[in-house]
Amino acid sequence: MDPISQFMVDHKIPIGAWGKAFFGFLTDNFDTIFRAFSNGLNFLLDGLVNILLMVPPVLLALVIAAIAWLLQRSRPLAIGVFLGLIFIINQNLWKQTVQTLVLVVAAAAMAMAIGVPLGIWAAHKPKVYRVMLPVLDLMQTLPTFVYLIPVLTLFGLGNAPGLIVTIIFVIPTAVRLTHLGVVSVPKSIIEAGEAFGATKSQLLWKVELPSALPTIMAGLTQSIMLSLSMVVFAALIGAGGLGTEINRALGSRRIDLGLEAGLAIVVLAIVLDRMTRIGVGGKK
Amino acid sequence: MTVAVDFRNVDIVFGADQAGSLAMIDAGATRAEILEKTGNVLGCAGASLTVNEGEISVLMGLSGSGKSTLLRAVNRLNVVSRGQVLVKDGDKIVDVVTCDQATLRRLRQKQVAMVFQQFGLLPWRTVEENVGLGLELAGVPEAERKERVHRQLKLVNLDQWSKKYAHELSGGMQQRVGLARAFATEAPILLMDEPFSALDPLIRTKLQDELLQLQAELKKTIIFVSHDLEEALKIGSHITIMEGGRIVQTGAPEDIVLRPANDYVRDFIANVNPLSVLTAWNVMRDRRDLEQGKDGWVWLDRRKTTRFKIDDHGLVAAAERDGKPAVWVSCADVESQPEEVAQVFWANPGTSLKTVMLAMHRSQTAPVALFDDQSRFVGAIGIRDVLSAVLRR
Repeated sequence: MDPISQFMVDHKIPIGAWGKAFFGFLTDNFDTIFRAFSNGLNFLLDGLVNILLMVPPVLLALVIAAIAWLLQRSRPLAIGVFLGLIFIINQNLWKQTVQTLVLVVAAAAMAMAIGVPLGIWAAHKPKVYRVMLPVLDLMQTLPTFVYLIPVLTLFGLGNAPGLIVTIIFVIPTAVRLTHLGVVSVPKSIIEAGEAFGATKSQLLWKVELPSALPTIMAGLTQSIMLSLSMVVFAALIGAGGLGTEINRALGSRRIDLGLEAGLAIVVLAIVLDRMTRIGVGGKK
Repeated sequence: MTVAVDFRNVDIVFGADQAGSLAMIDAGATRAEILEKTGNVLGCAGASLTVNEGEISVLMGLSGSGKSTLLRAVNRLNVVSRGQVLVKDGDKIVDVVTCDQATLRRLRQKQVAMVFQQFGLLPWRTVEENVGLGLELAGVPEAERKERVHRQLKLVNLDQWSKKYAHELSGGMQQRVGLARAFATEAPILLMDEPFSALDPLIRTKLQDELLQLQAELKKTIIFVSHDLEEALKIGSHITIMEGGRIVQTGAPEDIVLRPANDYVRDFIANVNPLSVLTAWNVMRDRRDLEQGKDGWVWLDRRKTTRFKIDDHGLVAAAERDGKPAVWVSCADVESQPEEVAQVFWANPGTSLKTVMLAMHRSQTAPVALFDDQSRFVGAIGIRDVLSAVLRR
């Protein structure tokens, strides 16, 4: 090695060590808090899964199809949803699918609950957005495996760390699309609201959010899809569901098992995507 | 007459260096100079204008002349850098520049409504929900809101369309929704920012007529921004011409046409048809300037073809045309008169010049007399008066 490189390597900035020390500090001092949080979350998620599994599968499939009809008022869609779910039952993957469904819906809901307010805030305060932007980039580009490790050490194995990892991965999308939606509200209609004496909150609820709704709903659909794409990673740290099946298929080179679980994920993705396309297309 | 809106030395500057720009305004700098030195954009400078209740005051100018900027100061969509914008608020006068947020909101909800060039309708709301926006924001209860919205939609002939979405309507109809939305708040002051510019000419003329009709009933105070002088002359009771952020001339439409203040205004009116503005009053020669004959006879024209005998009350007692007795009839009846009878037409001060010219045409260029409301003789218009007014010589 040339001397300059050697010199630089000798004076390596100990980023890894700092990170390790930071997480070591967290686990040493707040371990009980993190574990309690993790246990609580696990209890909630497992409880929800168990309740849903008590319902006969075909009946639950019917209920989901009915929800699809309520959301979109489309009979072909409801029938398609029902047939898709029947296919999953037929493949004997129902239990895993319900686990994945709960994880995905919970993650997307949490990501929207955190991401939408952040997106609105960023849209109103350009300075906030400038600070937020690099953080969002980091969250989206840092390889998932890298933050699987600290999450694992803090929260242990199970559904809860899977949920947290998924939320971290999905929030940037919710924030970005909400920001985009609110920023692109036409100036003319904001001024119309102001000219007729809207307060700040009236402007938000009656002008900005309705105008941004299609974009925000696109954010929800994207959040659900991204959450689904994370189930295989989440399975690595103990989240149950279809991801576990795929990991097992990979480990034992079972093409058949991998294909079945993979198709179940695709069906679930299509069902959730079509069900949540509210305000996109259709009536304006 | 009560003042509804009063602009007092209003300066509006967009940008960070307000103090520096204001100093340059005081030194009389132009917009280009201010932009170069401070990087700020001059919106308008030293604008003073009084708008009385019930009048339609038109702000005119080329694009970038500051007319919209000044208009939007009335409801503080643009923030005034210096000066006062006094707006009548019931029995009080409020300075919009300095009032607090609550007062401003109340003004916007109850006193000042606005109509936009691009309509500014909310696309996810139906027509009736759009019209009810102002009332909804002001917290008017739903039952009352429905009733008022319905009334406004009837007024603009859109009650059949109340459940449609804005994008299902034509441009002209969308702007009628915009008008109904503004009327629904029952605000006495109406700001109209080039409301008809985005419409095609036929629809534009139609909406102008509708606005004038509605105004005859509703008697709002309207500040109207336009870049179209024909439009301004048609609907304005006062016209203010702006250039580069400064007011160049304010006056009645015929003042602007007959006495333009400078070359900018002259260029503006160069293509205007004077017949659409001028009235008999603007071109007549006063009774005292006419040539008097004996026994109360007065010559109406310089060529001495026509004369009236005026009695002690100022009424016409007899008329003569080319030495023969003649009848005198109103210009309003010009279409129905047989041409054989020797006749002299008379007009009121408000009669349009066009009608006067038609009367001259029908009577072989005889002069037209002017009577006031009590039928008293006040003056006359000869062919030369008409020609010089039309040619602006």
